Amino acid sequence: MPIPVVYNFRSVRARWTSAVVAVLGIAGTVGVFVAMLSLARGFKATLVHSGSASNALVRRAGSTSEMDSVVQLDQERIMEDAAGVARSADGAVVSPEIVVIAPFPLKSTGTDANVQVRGVSPKALQVHDNVKIISGRFFQPGLNELIVGKNATHSYAGLEMGNTVRFGGGQWRIVGEFDSGGTAFDSELWCDAGILGQVYHRPQNVFSSIAVRLTSPDTLATFKDALTSDPRLTLQAERETDYYEKQSRVLTTLITVLGSIVAAVMGIGAVFGALNTMYSAVAERSREIATIRAIGFGTGSVVTSFVVEALFISFLGGVLGCIAVLPLNGLTTGAMNWQTFSHLAFAFRVTPVLLASGIIFALVMGIVGGLPPAIRAARRPVAAALRAL
Amino acid sequence: MVRVDGSGASPSLIRVRGLDKKYQRGSEEIHVLQGLNLDVDKGEFIAFMGPSGSGKTTLLNLLGGLDISSAGSIIVSGDEISHMSRSKLTEWRARHVGFVFQIFNLIPVLTAYQNVELPLLLTRLSKAERHKHVETALTVVGLADRMTHYPRQLSGGQEQRVAIARAIVSDPTFLLCDEPTGDLDRRSADEIMNLIDRLVHEYGKTVLMVTHDPLVAKRAQVTLHLDKGVLVETLGKEVAVS
Amino acid sequence: MKFLPFIFANLTRKKIRTSLTVGSFAVALFLFGLLFVVRGAFSQGVDVAGADRLVVINRTSIIQPLPLSYKDRLLQIPHIKLVDYANWFGGVYQDERNFFPQFAVDTETQREMFPEFVIADDQWHAFVADREGAIAGEGTAKRFGWKVGDRIPIRGTFIPGTWEFNLRGIYHGKRPADHTTQFWFQWKYLDERKQFQKGVVGWYTVRIDDPDQAAATIKAIDQTFANSPWETKTDTEKSFAASWVKQFGNIQFLILTIGSVVFFTLLLVTGNTMAIAVRERVGELAVLKALGYSDIFVLLLVLVESLLVALAGGSIGMTLAKLFTMAGDPTRGLLPFFYLPAKAIAGGIVLAIVVGVIAGILPALTAMRLRVVDAMRRV
Repeated sequence: MPIPVVYNFRSVRARWTSAVVAVLGIAGTVGVFVAMLSLARGFKATLVHSGSASNALVRRAGSTSEMDSVVQLDQERIMEDAAGVARSADGAVVSPEIVVIAPFPLKSTGTDANVQVRGVSPKALQVHDNVKIISGRFFQPGLNELIVGKNATHSYAGLEMGNTVRFGGGQWRIVGEFDSGGTAFDSELWCDAGILGQVYHRPQNVFSSIAVRLTSPDTLATFKDALTSDPRLTLQAERETDYYEKQSRVLTTLITVLGSIVAAVMGIGAVFGALNTMYSAVAERSREIATIRAIGFGTGSVVTSFVVEALFISFLGGVLGCIAVLPLNGLTTGAMNWQTFSHLAFAFRVTPVLLASGIIFALVMGIVGGLPPAIRAARRPVAAALRAL
Repeated sequence: MVRVDGSGASPSLIRVRGLDKKYQRGSEEIHVLQGLNLDVDKGEFIAFMGPSGSGKTTLLNLLGGLDISSAGSIIVSGDEISHMSRSKLTEWRARHVGFVFQIFNLIPVLTAYQNVELPLLLTRLSKAERHKHVETALTVVGLADRMTHYPRQLSGGQEQRVAIARAIVSDPTFLLCDEPTGDLDRRSADEIMNLIDRLVHEYGKTVLMVTHDPLVAKRAQVTLHLDKGVLVETLGKEVAVS
Repeated sequence: MKFLPFIFANLTRKKIRTSLTVGSFAVALFLFGLLFVVRGAFSQGVDVAGADRLVVINRTSIIQPLPLSYKDRLLQIPHIKLVDYANWFGGVYQDERNFFPQFAVDTETQREMFPEFVIADDQWHAFVADREGAIAGEGTAKRFGWKVGDRIPIRGTFIPGTWEFNLRGIYHGKRPADHTTQFWFQWKYLDERKQFQKGVVGWYTVRIDDPDQAAATIKAIDQTFANSPWETKTDTEKSFAASWVKQFGNIQFLILTIGSVVFFTLLLVTGNTMAIAVRERVGELAVLKALGYSDIFVLLLVLVESLLVALAGGSIGMTLAKLFTMAGDPTRGLLPFFYLPAKAIAGGIVLAIVVGVIAGILPALTAMRLRVVDAMRRV
């Protein structure tokens, strides 16, 4: 026979200070858990969705990223003709690009961040078709003009439309702003590859990488084979999305590992808090419990009753924790991408899956924290409990 | 000699004159004690009786320095305690009063020995000296062999005996007992009363006891009743006349 | 004190409750230690930065080099006593995940410039004499099980090819906080093997004779090379490290937030437990007061109990944190520094005490204000 739930509800309300404490303990743990994971998720999402499945990123064989890759013009010419490369009226749809880092002050701290500046070809928007100009226009090839990603405008000072910025020993005018759908490009500044190369004293026509539009996502294998089988080429190609996904690994791992450790430790603390609360509840209510059992409710009912109470409290805590963290969703922050040394702006991503995990985490803590006291409540000899004043 | 009319001239051990005590309950003011007088000499054993709410416990609390009167004076061994500050009262209590309550007497996490030792920890006695006193007290109550037992290992009667040992260990001026046998069965209650008798007749202790048990009251030399805020005498073993 | 048995008896009265409360403290302080370590890992460079060292990089971008010819010109600038240079190598050892910093350094000045890295004389000389020699920090050497004399192959990324080095020495840090993860080899070797862009350095480190002259010297350096194709940007080592840290993201804020959440939760849990404990003992406390124990005594009794629990839990937590850090970096090399300094341990204990006092104060006050008369009436 189950004990009426209203008993638990009223009991919790009567000893509300203890319940509030347990709820807050669990809420705090769940909040931190969900926040850390949504931080990692946001970072990963930004990078993972960068690039397109229809594009391949070509760099020097053996390089670890665009930063240390060097591709000569002659290699690029040969590669353009390989099988699998999309073609249009004005030739292969490829964008040879140069990637460098330039210091720009962060709006948040005033100190410099290493911002990724990408010198691209005029065909850039054809290859990176998820990038759209949202104000102003694309830069004119051959001129010192810049277009900025929408996250870059938010994160770094002085990048408003029409402004002139100094870097690389020259003046550059900002003529447009672009949106790449919340991906890594949004933290970048784009300009003409040729001009950038000159400014950075690079030998002419040497690029960091080539972004290649494939005829279709399935032709990647053909394209890769074409590159490896040609003895003149020392290039490697991979799907653009894969390249960025790998980039995210280091920092994502770091945040996830640290975040999990913190959440796990906090979870133990929350369980201790819940146990304390429940044990005290059992102690304070020993006479009531004895009475209930004397009336005829069995051991199972008592245990279930207390576990339900613990779950009720932990569920409240979980929900509270999730609600507290929800406003973080979409909040932009920045971190350094360890693999490219460049600053990357990204947003917290609080997904329904994460919220659900948070609640489940809370419920698990509730069970662990509620079961031992519940068993103790059910086991104490009734007569002794009734006699105890 | 015990008097309740306020006429005692010779210096008594306890001397109460015109004791008043009022409580505020909601909007009402309750006069529990009104102009109460009492004289008690050394070595006397007095039982206080009266209906519930008559103020017996209040009187005991006032005599024991646990509460402050609204008016009147209480002089114990020459000390006027009705105007003492709380901190001075605390010190005074430690030296002059031995309490035996109905319940909550013993601290469950301490052994019988440690419980009895408690009042002595407030003094400057050395560990060895304390040991001597504790042992003596426990021997008097007949529980020297249970020194290391915890309250949960003792019967109700034994617990109260330890409480009495604690009450006498620092040799206080008088003992105050509030229904000490209230929770005990007949046999244990008798045990306790025998012990108190011995304390009074063999050791010359002064005992003031509140009780609602007539059989217990009979053991005292004098029984006083609380009635309308003052004490009235009843015929006990000895007749006290004004 | 003679009351210790009493206090101790009280604490062991409800063993489970006391253990759980001590456990809560241990958990919270363990986290505190962990957070401190993470904060330290990120800001480490700042704390150990040399007060008399400046870093000179290319103004355009940190990835742009500076010409070697700048060395002599730097030595001409007042207050500069020593000039060292290095290049970032960024190679891969076996697997991309086995990250550790690799630098091509100037063998003449490196050792003098960074006295906090201690190398045995004979090892250093062996390194200088061997063009393909290398010195590794203790941490990295231990991580991969390297011994002096081993041949270390590293795959170049910026400059491709397989590079092999002879490990001639292992350095250890003077202070526990110093990084021991670096890998040094000869700049001359790097320059020789390069195909392009010879004669350039990644950055200069200069020592000035008077830290107060830092600002002036910084200005002087940057002015010297202004309007040249390779303009410089100079900073004190400390600011350089600090701005690097700031880019990592608002780690400080994150840590502070987590820390506060934990702190307040702990406070609540402990305070509540103490309050319940006092509520249960109202009768006893009343008896104590009847016996003649003062109000202050009862207050201190409750406070001391709270403090002892806090101290016990705090010490356990800090010890666990220290042990955890000694087990090494759980992220395998991403944090160059995973160490809990003594002052953090002391800080943790103090924090535990503060929480113990705050949590215990309200119940202690309740106990102090308890009136025997009221308490006894609660039967």
